[in-house]
Amino acid sequence: MKNIFKISYLIIILLAVNNQVTATEKVALLKTDWSFKGLFGKFDRGSLQRGYQVYTEVCASCHSMKYVSYRNLFEPGGPEFSEDQAKAIAANFEVTDGPNSEGEMFTRPAKLSDKFVMPFANVKAAQAANGGAYPPDMSVLAKARSGGVDYIYSVLLGYEDPPNGVTLDEGVYYNKYMYGNNIKMSEPLSDGLVEYSDGTIASKMQMAKDVTTFLMWTAEPHLEARHKMGFKAILYLMILTILVYFSMKKIWSRIESEV
Amino acid sequence: MSDHEYVPESKFGKWFNDRLPLLTLASHLTDYPTPKNLNYWWTFGGILSFCLIIQIVTGLTLAMHYIAHADLAFESVEHIMRDVNYGWLIRYVHANGASMFFLAVYIHIFRSLFYGSYKSPREIIWIIGIIIYLLMMAAAFMGYVLPWGQMSFWGATVITNLFSAIPLVGEGIVNWLWGGYSVDNPTLTRFFTLHYLIPFLILGLVVLHIWALHIPGNNNPVGIDVKKPSKDTVPFHPYIVIKDAFALLMFMIIFAFFVFYSPNILGHADNYIEANPMVTPAHIVPEWYLLPFYAILRSVPDKLMGVVAMLSAILILAALPWLDTSKIRSAVFRPLYKQFYWILLADVLILGYVGAMPAEGLYLLIARIATAYYFVHFLMILPILGFKEKTIPLPLSITEPVLGGFPNAAIIKKKKV
Repeated sequence: MKNIFKISYLIIILLAVNNQVTATEKVALLKTDWSFKGLFGKFDRGSLQRGYQVYTEVCASCHSMKYVSYRNLFEPGGPEFSEDQAKAIAANFEVTDGPNSEGEMFTRPAKLSDKFVMPFANVKAAQAANGGAYPPDMSVLAKARSGGVDYIYSVLLGYEDPPNGVTLDEGVYYNKYMYGNNIKMSEPLSDGLVEYSDGTIASKMQMAKDVTTFLMWTAEPHLEARHKMGFKAILYLMILTILVYFSMKKIWSRIESEV
Repeated sequence: MSDHEYVPESKFGKWFNDRLPLLTLASHLTDYPTPKNLNYWWTFGGILSFCLIIQIVTGLTLAMHYIAHADLAFESVEHIMRDVNYGWLIRYVHANGASMFFLAVYIHIFRSLFYGSYKSPREIIWIIGIIIYLLMMAAAFMGYVLPWGQMSFWGATVITNLFSAIPLVGEGIVNWLWGGYSVDNPTLTRFFTLHYLIPFLILGLVVLHIWALHIPGNNNPVGIDVKKPSKDTVPFHPYIVIKDAFALLMFMIIFAFFVFYSPNILGHADNYIEANPMVTPAHIVPEWYLLPFYAILRSVPDKLMGVVAMLSAILILAALPWLDTSKIRSAVFRPLYKQFYWILLADVLILGYVGAMPAEGLYLLIARIATAYYFVHFLMILPILGFKEKTIPLPLSITEPVLGGFPNAAIIKKKKV
């Protein structure tokens, strides 16, 4: 037992040393109260719907979301638009389909089964339109950055003037939280940029929170189902463990000397 | 083997058993005499069998939906996560299952080290175990490549490149492994094939591991031979079965917390970015369970010697039954070995920690000292200790320390059911 303490002591010292080494490099990320964290965490429907609005009106002009389908918008655990709303959203987009019976490709309005239409045909086209920088696909973005949602939220709100002595190239912006502090995306959000249909005031912080919540959902569309099942599974396991524990005590009590 | 010959009751049972003695095997497994003083560290064998079965079952299910192609693999994993019924559950169990498998195997190995379970007459069990461990590492590494994320791709590049350190034929071997001039589609398809194959090899070796175990029987915390069957032993069923079940359930609760509440905490965020041969991630880090060996690899300045050191660090374990010259098995009766055991454990944890850090400055220095100590432990301390150490006298039987009069408090202190 003593030795375990010794080891943990050593580890703690190591961690402390590490923190001192990296403390100067790392900036603490902005935090906000995410409704989807914790054992019973769920998405805030209103926030998801507003987040979709921010994504589609602001981000979607450059960022694709190629793994998400329009049908996901009305499925349980997501923004839960009505099926008709989701159909109407899909119908706003044009997709290329075919070939038809004449062997021709044709365009038609998107259906629920289609994936989100991409703003650019391919990566090269996206780079060409964005000064060489590829705006990453946003489907799993919330899981693809260390720091996750806190990191994305912070970057959205982390634009500021570069500190004295830092000169930036044309088309590069200074961001307090971005890795390396240089970002090729101009500040995407500003107060009142979108008009929320539910009357929520579209402040910069509100939009950042809503769109980040939306990105968490697109990255983990089954998060709510997972949390729900996890609670049941662990409760079941705990009860079973207690029952098995007493069975074990009972069985082992047959051995005369309690070894 | 139990002393009495098993005879099935029914006529058909007898007829069948004379031709294929499955019933005798079942009876042997049920009655298998097990030392009754086994503590909870002994339950990890059963837990590991559970892990293997879970990995095989979830793996087969994933393989039904996964597409082993460089252009489609990442997308097919997202398809599993989004559109396959409970695909997210199956994938998260499989991904976290790998980590839980290694957690259990490390506890299993360090239990063996503490209680000297590798010593005569159990050397073959131990060596089979080391082979299983090596295959596990190969399977885990190749499995991590399959989602075709950035860490998959660059991890595969770094690890396969190690073979280029072999003089003369190195480059050729690497190209042969890749099936081309870089990690690409042929690499992915062969890794998938091997990742599918290895678990079944492990399954076969597990059978041999258990078979070899059933010849001398279990070691125990006191580390002395027990007479079988006697008042020192209990039949495997129901005593050990129920105890293993209890420990397994505790393990499953921890497992479930990872799967349901932090399924990605043991992975790396970069692996959710699709593989891109044009962009190298800032830090290429293997999964946590390979970190100690990664630290050893990087602590040697020369590439070839680094690879040699890393492989030796694993293979040296196979020679352990002969490097440890002490006749006493359990560390309970070896006061000096016990100290060195804990230092070794700390050493491996430190190696794991520095393996995750950039190889520079203080970290590199710590890695080098820890690597050196790792080898000193096995090559110098253990052989010498066997001759120099003054051990505590062993009890006559495992029941003696309990039935009174035995002076060593350390054994009585051990928690037993």
